[in-house]
Amino acid sequence: MKRIKSFVLVFLCLVLILTGCQSGSKSNKIVIGLNAELTGSVPVVGASCKNAAELAVKEINDAGGLDIKGKKYPVELLIEDNEDKAESAAAAAQKLATAGVIAMIGPNASRNAIPASVIAESSKMLMISPWSTNAKATIDEKSGSPKKYVFRAAFIDDFQGQVAAKFALDQLKTIKPAVLYDVASEYNKGIAEVYKATLEAAGITLAAFESYTSGDKDFSAQITKIVQAGADSLFLPNYYSEVPLQVQQAKKLGYEGSFIGSDSWGSAELLTLCGSDCDGSYFTTHYAADIATEKAQGFIAAYKAAYQATPDDVAALTYDSFGLLFQSLQAAGKVDREAVRNAMAAITSYEGVTGNMAFKGTGDPVKSAVVIQVTDGTFKYFQTANP
Amino acid sequence: MQYYVQQILNALQVGSVYALIALGYTMVYGILTLINFAHGDIFMVSTYIAFFVSTLLLGLTHHLPPLFTFVATLLAAMAGTSLVAVLIERLAYKPLRTAPRISCVITALGVGLLLENFMVAFKPIGPDSRIIPALFESRNYSIAGVTFSTLQIMIILISGIAMVLLDLVVRKTMIGMAMRAISWDKFTVPLMGISVDTIISITFILGASVAAIGGTLYGMAYSIDPYMGIRIGWWAFISAVVGGIGNIRGAMLGGYILGFIEIFTPVFLPTSTYRDFVAFSLLLVLLIFKPTGILGKPAVQKV
Repeated sequence: MKRIKSFVLVFLCLVLILTGCQSGSKSNKIVIGLNAELTGSVPVVGASCKNAAELAVKEINDAGGLDIKGKKYPVELLIEDNEDKAESAAAAAQKLATAGVIAMIGPNASRNAIPASVIAESSKMLMISPWSTNAKATIDEKSGSPKKYVFRAAFIDDFQGQVAAKFALDQLKTIKPAVLYDVASEYNKGIAEVYKATLEAAGITLAAFESYTSGDKDFSAQITKIVQAGADSLFLPNYYSEVPLQVQQAKKLGYEGSFIGSDSWGSAELLTLCGSDCDGSYFTTHYAADIATEKAQGFIAAYKAAYQATPDDVAALTYDSFGLLFQSLQAAGKVDREAVRNAMAAITSYEGVTGNMAFKGTGDPVKSAVVIQVTDGTFKYFQTANP
Repeated sequence: MQYYVQQILNALQVGSVYALIALGYTMVYGILTLINFAHGDIFMVSTYIAFFVSTLLLGLTHHLPPLFTFVATLLAAMAGTSLVAVLIERLAYKPLRTAPRISCVITALGVGLLLENFMVAFKPIGPDSRIIPALFESRNYSIAGVTFSTLQIMIILISGIAMVLLDLVVRKTMIGMAMRAISWDKFTVPLMGISVDTIISITFILGASVAAIGGTLYGMAYSIDPYMGIRIGWWAFISAVVGGIGNIRGAMLGGYILGFIEIFTPVFLPTSTYRDFVAFSLLLVLLIFKPTGILGKPAVQKV
C-alpha cells in the first residue's frame, strides 16, 4: 500500500514538473487551445469556428507573431474536437488545461460551454466562448456570482429579449404586441419571456402570448387567436426552419402587422424557405455582413478569400474571441494565465468585427446588437440596437 | 362568431390530413391485424416524391398547364409511394406472416426508423426542411372576416373526394369484398380462390395512395423534413384507434376529431402544450369505456 502511495506521489510530481515545463513563460511561443464542435449534430458551427480560428492565427503569424512589449511571439493553435457532447467538451478542456495552453477558445454551444467552464474555472485557465448565449456559462449556478476565468464574445439571451422589445416599442411603435414561441426549447422560451417582461415593464400588455412544441407545422389555431386579438407586431424567437411557416401562415390568415425575430433567424436557409414572404421583417443578431466598419470588411474579405464563403456569426464571434485574447496578452505584457485573465477582465474597449465590447465585472461583454431587415430576399443591416 | 368559423376551417384542414393517413393504419390493421408504425414515414416519403416530381416538372422549359403538373405530381406521388409500401410489405412484413404479432410491430417501428435515417443520410435529401413549390396559384379570400385560400379549399375537398372513393372501392368492388372477407376470416378466404398476398399488396397500395394525396397537399401547405412523419403518424394512429381501428369510416371520423382537438385545445385552454394531453386522455377514456373505438364493432372470438 505504502509503495503504491509513494509511486503515485512520484508520478504526480513528474506530471507537475512536465506540464510545468510546457506552460512555462520561458518558451517563446504562445499556444492557444480551441475546443470546437467539429463532429456531432452541429458540425457547421465547428467548421466555422475552426476556419475563423485558423484565419486569426495565420494573420498574426504572417505578421511575424504577436507583438508583446516589443518581442514577437509565434502563435500555435491546439485544436480539440468536443463532438458536441457535454462530457467530451469537459474532457477536451481538461486536455487543453494540462497541455498548458495560455487560454481556451470555445466551446460554442451552451450545452458544451457550461461543463467546459467548470474545468476552466478549476484549472484557472482563461476560457472565451464565442457563441454561447446561455447565462449559466459565465455565472456560477450555486453562488450566483460570475465565474472568474470564463468570458464570452456573444451577448446573452436576456439581452436579446430586451433589445427586441425596445426595438418593437421605439421603432415599430407597437401597442398590441404578440408572441409565438417554441415552449419546448430553452432558448426560444427564455427570449420570449424576457421580451414579455420588458414590454410589461414599459406598461404595454401583450395582445397574445402563444406557444407551440418543437416539430409542429400547423400554427393556424394560435395565429387565428393572434389575429383575433388585433396584434400589430408578432415576435417569433424561433429557428430558421420554422419561421417561414409561421410567417406564411400568418399572412394567409389575414395578419397584416410586422414580424420580429432573434439571432436564430440568421441562416441563408430562412431566405430559401421564405421566398418573398419574410421581406420587411426584422431580427436582432450579433453582426451584419454588410455593415461598413473597416475591420469587419477586412475580416469578411479575408475569410471569403480563404474559404469561398461569407462568414456566419459563429465565425465572426470566434475571430473576435481571438482578437480579445490577443489584446489581453498585449495588455498583460507577459505570457501568463493569471495576468492574461486580469487583462481580459479589465478590457474597457475592444473594437471587434461584431462591434465594440467592454467587460464590467462579469464575463459577459457589454456590446450592441444589430437589427437586420430582410429586404428583397437578402439580410440588410438596419440599425445598431442597445437595450 | 367569425373567429370560430375560422378555427373550424383550420380544424378541417388539419383533420383531413389526419384522416387520410389514419385510413392507411386502419386498412392494414383490418387485414393483417398489424399496426404499421412505418405508415407515418411512408407519408413522409410521399411528400419527397411529390417534391422531386414537382420540381422537375416546373423546371422544364415548356410551361405546362398548372392542372397537368398538379395531377401528374399527385399521380407520380401515389405510384411511387405505393411502390415503396409494397416493397416494404414484401421485404419486411411478408416473411413474418406466421411470426408472433409483436415481431411485426417491432419490424414496423424499425422500418420507420430506417426510412427516416435513410432520408437524413441520403445526400440529395439531407436533414433540411423544404417546401413543395406551388403547383397552382393559391389566392386568399376573405368572406365576412373569415380568411381562406384556394389551397385550403383544395385540401379539404380533394381529401373528401379521396375518402368517398376509397369507401366506394371497399364497399362496392370485388377487391373491396375480398379485403373485407380477409379481415373477417383469413383462413377460409384462400380456399375460395382468392390470393391473400395480392389483396394484401392492394391494401398497402390503397393506403399509400391515400397517404400520398395527403402528402402532396400537406407539402404544399407546410414544409417537409425527414422526421415529419413521426408526430403526424402518431396523431393519425390515435385517430384510427379513436374511430375504431379496422373501420374505414371510423378512421375518417377519428381524423377529423383529432383535427378539432389540435385546433381547439389552444382556443379553450391556455396553451397549445395541452394538445397531446387532451388527445391521449381522450384515447385512454375511450379505451376504458369503448375499447373498440367509436365505430368499431367488438371482435367475435371464433373457436
